[in-house]
Amino acid sequence: MLPTPSTAHVSFDLVYEPAEDSFLLLDTLSSLSETAFLRERFSGATTEAGCSSAPLVLEVGVGSGVVLAFVAANAHSVFGRDDVLTLGTDINSFACSAASQTVRSAVTDHKSHSTFLDIVNGDLASSVRPNSVDVFVFNPPYVPAELPDRSRHDAFNARSTGQKSTTFEQESYLLELSYAGGKDGMEVTNRMLEQIPSTLDSERGVAYVLLCAQNKPEAVKQRIREWGSDWRAETVGSSGKKAGWEKLQIVRIWRST
Amino acid sequence: MKLLTLNFLTCARRTCKTSPSSFPLHPREAELEILESELNLVFLRNILPRLMWSELRGIGEELGLPSLPESPPSREDLVTKPSPAKPSSVTEPSSVEEEGGEGEEVPSQTAKDLHRLLLETTIKEGKLVCGNCGHEYAVKEGVANFLLPGHLV
Ligand SMILES: [Zn+2]
Repeated sequence: MLPTPSTAHVSFDLVYEPAEDSFLLLDTLSSLSETAFLRERFSGATTEAGCSSAPLVLEVGVGSGVVLAFVAANAHSVFGRDDVLTLGTDINSFACSAASQTVRSAVTDHKSHSTFLDIVNGDLASSVRPNSVDVFVFNPPYVPAELPDRSRHDAFNARSTGQKSTTFEQESYLLELSYAGGKDGMEVTNRMLEQIPSTLDSERGVAYVLLCAQNKPEAVKQRIREWGSDWRAETVGSSGKKAGWEKLQIVRIWRST
Repeated sequence: MKLLTLNFLTCARRTCKTSPSSFPLHPREAELEILESELNLVFLRNILPRLMWSELRGIGEELGLPSLPESPPSREDLVTKPSPAKPSSVTEPSSVEEEGGEGEEVPSQTAKDLHRLLLETTIKEGKLVCGNCGHEYAVKEGVANFLLPGHLV
């Protein structure tokens, strides 16, 4: 078991608290089968020039930052190399500052040699340079619940000047953003899936996306396979088995020729 | 926000994606801060092929930093030639996978300068401007805000 990063400094009134979904991502990314897959895909850290450049890990919707911090702190165990770059985004600016601290502390605490870039405040991966991401991680808002009204986002996304505490309305809004996924819990995930081919590195890119049973994971995987004959989508981690149903699962998306 | 991050970011507007001038974003009215960190030679070596060098040079110039050479350094430029000695030095377990036990490599001034520029030079406050649409993204307390107003998404 690799150590779980500390999120003791995070205010869970404003930022999604690590839960079963977060821990499933940690377990999956550090499982024997995934570390073997990732080490092979990103091997060659020490070969001649140009053979294997430093891999970039992007997590969208970092929340507390626990997942990205875990990858950053345990990069050597997961990838078998120390030159891993980590970058995150979140729509919630409070999450950005909190996650940034989570990753920085985890890297220091675990004496990791990986390189943390930043957490930027943005919508999904919209600000990331196309086809630059090697490993993409997404724990989406997957609960079938109405999407929050974003018209007041700017007002809720920061503490207004002189305001010491946040309001209940603001807190509810920010937390809703972190879990409400619209119809089938798939509205945000679908928007992200559409961007995956243009976000991932076209050769070695790989994505890990969490889905719940109500997201109809089998149909989602089938749709991804229809992107083209080289696209693959497989379940590589799951939890909460109930009457033959996996409550949560991690789907790995990649290209293979 | 680290300058290396700008190597991986672009304008968030969908209509800008196909325009080459949406990359890189141009820092304006930037307040810089140096945040020191440990130099990782393996990382510097393996980030070289990913750097958009001429764009990075441009950013450095816009920020008034010492100008970068026209072409990127080579991997060899990053190490000071080691003095020929110590054939059987004991390598630490952690460095076993790094180039077959060349545990004694010393970063050159070029490596130190590159580390300072990419990872220690940060934008604390300021703006990032798209060269295509002119949209300004604010950087506050080191966090860049790429959220667009509804009519621009
Ligand atoms: Zn633009």
